[in-house]
Amino acid sequence: MSKDDKILKEFTSKEYEHGWSVDFEVDQAPKGLNEEIIKLISHKKEEPSWLLNWRLDAYENFKKMNEPDWSNLKIPKIDYQDISYYSAPKKKKMLNSIDEVDPELIKTFEKLGISLQEQKRLSGVAVDAVIDSVSIGTTFKEKLSELGIIFCSFSDAVKEHPDLVKKHLGKVVPSNDNYFACLNSAVFSDGSFCYIPKGVRCPMELSTYFRINASNTGQFERTLIIADEGSYVSYLEGCTAPMRDENQLHAAVVEIHAEKDAEVKYSTVQNWYPGDKEGKGGIYNFVTKRGICNGNNSKISWTQVETGSAITWKYPSCILKGDHSVGEFYSVAVTNNYQQADTGTKMIHIGKNTKSKIISKGISAGFSQNSYRGQVNVMKRAKNSRNFSQCDSLLLGNNCGAHTFPYIDIENKSSMVEHEATTSKIGEDQIFYCLQRGIDEENAIALIVNGYAKEVLKQLPMEFSVEAQKLLSLTLEGSVG
Amino acid sequence: MLEIKNLHASIEDKGILKGLNLKVNAGEVHAIMGPNGSGKSTLASVIAGREEYKVTEGEINYFGKEISELSPDERAREGIFLAFQYPVEIPGVSTTNFIKTAVNQVREHKGQKPLDAVSFLKVMKEKMKLVNIKQELLSRSINEGFSGGEKKRNEIFQMAMLEPKLSILDETDSGLDIDALKIVSRGVNALRSKDNATVVVTHYQRLLDYIVPDFVHVLMEGKIVKSGDKNLALELEEKGYDWIKVKN
Repeated sequence: MSKDDKILKEFTSKEYEHGWSVDFEVDQAPKGLNEEIIKLISHKKEEPSWLLNWRLDAYENFKKMNEPDWSNLKIPKIDYQDISYYSAPKKKKMLNSIDEVDPELIKTFEKLGISLQEQKRLSGVAVDAVIDSVSIGTTFKEKLSELGIIFCSFSDAVKEHPDLVKKHLGKVVPSNDNYFACLNSAVFSDGSFCYIPKGVRCPMELSTYFRINASNTGQFERTLIIADEGSYVSYLEGCTAPMRDENQLHAAVVEIHAEKDAEVKYSTVQNWYPGDKEGKGGIYNFVTKRGICNGNNSKISWTQVETGSAITWKYPSCILKGDHSVGEFYSVAVTNNYQQADTGTKMIHIGKNTKSKIISKGISAGFSQNSYRGQVNVMKRAKNSRNFSQCDSLLLGNNCGAHTFPYIDIENKSSMVEHEATTSKIGEDQIFYCLQRGIDEENAIALIVNGYAKEVLKQLPMEFSVEAQKLLSLTLEGSVG
Repeated sequence: MLEIKNLHASIEDKGILKGLNLKVNAGEVHAIMGPNGSGKSTLASVIAGREEYKVTEGEINYFGKEISELSPDERAREGIFLAFQYPVEIPGVSTTNFIKTAVNQVREHKGQKPLDAVSFLKVMKEKMKLVNIKQELLSRSINEGFSGGEKKRNEIFQMAMLEPKLSILDETDSGLDIDALKIVSRGVNALRSKDNATVVVTHYQRLLDYIVPDFVHVLMEGKIVKSGDKNLALELEEKGYDWIKVKN
C-alpha cells in the first residue's frame, strides 16, 4: 500500500459519532403500506378529512408510479411493505409545554448537543425536534409568536392554522411530483411548519432537528415554509440516526414559498448514518426540496453539507417566477467508503431578470460515487436572466468516482448561462507542504478539504459552519492521497 | 546538530545522492552549491523526509538521532524547516489559518499550550516586520496568486513563526529581483542565532553576498566534492563548475 493510500485509509476510517439509540416506549404502526395504514396515520394525528383525502390521492398515484431509474445510483430493491410508516414516542397525555416532554427524549437531544430547555439556551436558535415520526417540541414558540411568526410542528399547524396549510401544501411539490414525494405525501407523519408574516425579519435562526431512532421505520417528514411579503428567515436542518445493520428509508419533502421581496435561507447539515466501512446499513435518503420565488425580488438560497446516508438522492431547487427573483444553491457533498450521492439542483427561470447561482463541491473518497446533477432552465419569458454554475469535484484516492451531469435549456437570446467544472485530485504537493510545517496528515487533509469547500461553508450560519467543518474532517478521517 | 554520513538516495530507482557527507553545527550557515542536476534539491527533500525519495544507504543524524524513519511532519515538529523552491498553493486556506495550525501543532508537540487568537496575532505582527509582509497577504489563500517575491517572503515568514532549529533554504533566491533578495536575506539573517543552523541551497553566489556562509560545499554528481569558506563561492563564480570537474 502506498503512503497516500495509507493516509487515505486512516482518514476514512473514523466511526460514526451518532450511532447510539435510546429505548423509550414507542407507538409503532405494523409494517406495510396500504390505505388502512394511511387512514391510521391520519386518524392518530386527528386530521381533517381533506388532508386524509389528499393522502389517499397521493397513494393512488404512488401505486401507478415506478422508482426513478435515471440517477447514477445503484439502489438495492426496497421492500416498501417491510417498513413501518409510523413510529411515535408514547405520550401519556397532551403536552402543554416542553417541560412535560419525556426526560429520556430530552436526554436524547442533549446527547446530540441540542437542548430543548429554552432557559438554558444561550444561542438564539429556535428548535423543532422530530424523533422518528413525531415532533417532540418546539422552543421559543412564544417569543416568536409575539412577532406573528408561526413556528411549530406540522401536525400542530394542521390543527391551528388549517387555512395556511391548505393553501400552500403541495403547491410547490405536488403530491404526484415524483415517486418519493408521492410516498411522502401519502404517509408523512410530521415535520416543521413556519410562517413569517409581512415585513417581519425573523430575529433568530429557526432549526429542525431530525432523528430516526426506532428500527424498521422510515422517516417521512414534511416541512413547509412560507415567507410573506418583505420577510426574512434563516432556517437550519440537521439529521442523525443510530447505526443499524439494515437500511432505513428517509423520504422527506420541503416546500418553500417566498412572496414579493421575501428572502429564505435554508441550510442543511445532513449526517444520517452512512453505513459501515463495508457499505452495510445506512440511510437511504430520497428528498424533494423545492422553493418558489413567487413574488418579484424574492430570494431563496439553499446551502447543504451532505456527509451522511448510504444513498443520497436530492435536488433542492428554485422556481424563479417573480421578476428579479434570485435562486442560489451551495453544496458540499462528501462520500466515503461505499456511499453514493446523486445530488444537485434545478433552477427554473420564469420571470424576467431572474438570477441563479450554483456552487457545487463534490468530495469523493474510498469506494464511493459522487454525482452532481443540475438543470438550468430559462423560459422564453425570462428575458435577461443569468445563471452561473460552478461544479468542482475533488477525488481522494483511486477507487472513488466523481461525475457531473449538467442540463441546460435556454429559450431566449437575452439570457446568459455560464458553467464551469473542474475535477482534481488532492495534491501530494499540498499534503507535503502541510506536513513539512509540522501539521499531521489528518489535519492537513482537513485543512485542504475545508479550504476547497470554503465557498460553500461560509454561507452557513456561524455555529453550523463550525459543526460542518468538523463533520467534513470526521467523514474523511482516514482518507487521502 | 546535523550529521549526514555516506548518504545514498534515489527517486524511482534512479540514484541521485551517492555517498554524501555533511556536518552542520548549531550557529553555522552552510551553503550547498552545484550545477543543475547535481542533487541539491534532492538533498533538501531527503532531509525534510519527502516520501518519493528513498534512502538506500547511509544515515542522517539529527541531534544524535537517526531520522530516516521519521515522517516529514515529525521531523518538522522536531525543528527541521524547508523553505520551498516552489511554495505550494492551497485554495481556500488563508495563510494565517495555515500558519496558526502549524504553529499550534508544533507547540503541542513541545508540550506548550496553543496560542489564542490575540497572542498569535501579536507574535505574527512582530514577525511580519522581518520580511516586510502585509496583513492583507496573510488573509489570502496561501500562495494563491502571490508573486514570486511574495511566495519567498512568505516562506521566510513561516520560518520566523515556527522558529526551527535547522532551516534549509532551497533555491530561495530563484526568481527574486535584487530588492526582494535583500528583504529575504535580511529576514534570514535576523533569525540567525547560536542555537540554530541554516543550510542554503543555491545556484548562484549572488545570494551569499547577503547571507554570508561559514562554509561552502560544492555538490556534484551526488557527492560533496569540495568544501571551503565563503571565498570558495567567489572562486566558483569566477571560474565556473568546470574548474572543479577538471581538477577532479
